[in-house]
Amino acid sequence: MGAELAGPTWNIVQDLHDILAYGFMQNAFVAGTVVAIMGGVIGYFVVVRRLAFATEALSHGGFAGATGAVVVNQDPFLGLLVFVTCAGVLMGILGDKLRGRDVAIGATLAFSLALGSLFLSISSKLAGEAVNILFGNILAISPGDVRFVVIFACATLLALGVLYRPLLFASVDPEIAEARGLPVRGLGIAFMVLLGFAVATAVQVVGVLLIFALLILPAASAQQFTPQPARATLYAVLIAIACVWAGLCIGFYLPYPPSFFITTLAFLTYVVTRQIAPRRLASSSRRRARLVPASS
Amino acid sequence: MLCESSPQILSGDGSAPKAVVEFDNASVAYGRRTIWGDATFALMAGDFVGIIGPNGTGKTTLLKALLGQVPLAGGSIRVLGKPPGRGNPFVGYVPQRRSLASDLAVRGYDLVMLGLIGHKWGFGPASAAERRAVDAALESVGAQEYADEPVGLLSGGEQQRLLIAQALLTDPKLLLLDEPLASLDIKSQHEIVHLIAEIRTSRQMTVMLVAHDLNSMLEMLDGIVFIMDGRVIAGSLDDVVRTDVLSRLYDTPVHVHVTEDGHRFVVGA
Repeated sequence: MGAELAGPTWNIVQDLHDILAYGFMQNAFVAGTVVAIMGGVIGYFVVVRRLAFATEALSHGGFAGATGAVVVNQDPFLGLLVFVTCAGVLMGILGDKLRGRDVAIGATLAFSLALGSLFLSISSKLAGEAVNILFGNILAISPGDVRFVVIFACATLLALGVLYRPLLFASVDPEIAEARGLPVRGLGIAFMVLLGFAVATAVQVVGVLLIFALLILPAASAQQFTPQPARATLYAVLIAIACVWAGLCIGFYLPYPPSFFITTLAFLTYVVTRQIAPRRLASSSRRRARLVPASS
Repeated sequence: MLCESSPQILSGDGSAPKAVVEFDNASVAYGRRTIWGDATFALMAGDFVGIIGPNGTGKTTLLKALLGQVPLAGGSIRVLGKPPGRGNPFVGYVPQRRSLASDLAVRGYDLVMLGLIGHKWGFGPASAAERRAVDAALESVGAQEYADEPVGLLSGGEQQRLLIAQALLTDPKLLLLDEPLASLDIKSQHEIVHLIAEIRTSRQMTVMLVAHDLNSMLEMLDGIVFIMDGRVIAGSLDDVVRTDVLSRLYDTPVHVHVTEDGHRFVVGA
């Protein structure tokens, strides 16, 4: 991991040249960038639809799918994809009933992780694989995996592009969207399928445990800055790309995994924007007293 | 139930030529339990009626039946001469809500815009014509000033104005409002009622409004639809806003006070 290098020259062009001289870094940049773009776009909907915890649970549940696939001699990515997508569809079908069901989601999450730990003990091949699934290993991503990541991320983005306006309507105001004849339930299920794709893809970069970093934090940070959906989506994508690129560069020079740096940067961005943004909003909006409930 | 003071409300045998809303012995049931039945009345263009009744009697269900979201167990409903259907652009709807999520970081403008373009697949900026339509709708409810704020930061009255603007975008002939006055202060209630009355007059739109507190709108209403003991009854204010009827309706003593200049106030509801 660049251990033979003295360190950054602080000449960005020279440093990038050094970094991208390695095939594994090129792969990491391609996969990381594509996942960042996808994460920013789908993350906006995750935040607006209040699915942050569900996303986390979906991802952790993927651990069981990935380890289970290894037990039966299949590709962990495939197992993850199948498991997460099925879980997503189930969540989508439950739909509104899931809202506020933190305990039920948490229980399922615990069970999935328990299954994962069982598979882990069954298969001896899993010891090394498990850490990668949990925390991601973007520097070891193979060209074949990159192709997978690019295809799935692009398919997810394409689908989100087609669904964009109805999905936004159904996310912001499901009741009126339904009255207008939109298939709100179908859109919810379709979104959960896409979220399954996105989770399975993003796991390649940050692992199942750090998925928050790319699928939620950039979008949550972006929403602090602007109430315009299109702009917030763009900011989320830019924040995610910045975190991935910076994380990869730092990870190249330091003997610690990039997923740690990517997550840390996303976390810091969120903390800082939360501190800055409310003041900005307060100064731009006319503060008014909350209205008291009238007799009703 | 033909009402002397409000001739627009007809006894609904379905023969009225240009009725906007016609109920003909309509009933709705969940499973075996009948929510309400015997609903027979008609509303004409420009009628403004309040829908009242105790909690859980099916006031919202009545609106949903008009939207085609709840099937009828019997009878028929016609909206502009056709059976109710989802996505009818001639029906505007402002659903009941506690309020929009306080952390919903979406501009009021975008919320209103979704009412116009939210059903179109794909993405991309709105057209100039669509932006003009949204601007006009915002202006008609007086919401331009705060349309760029995140809706979560707006007051209940401001949110209601935005939702009404959204409902007006498709130029509906029938506007359904579910408790638009709930959790509003008296001033906001007054403003919203007057706004709705003004829109009703200027657009000759039929308005059905579910309400708990009648006082803020009694002067504006042409009639009342009330739901009691599983029956839907349409009547004039004189028929319904009476001490005996309202006390029976709410199953608690309610007094209707009539001032010297003929204004009615409902006390104790």
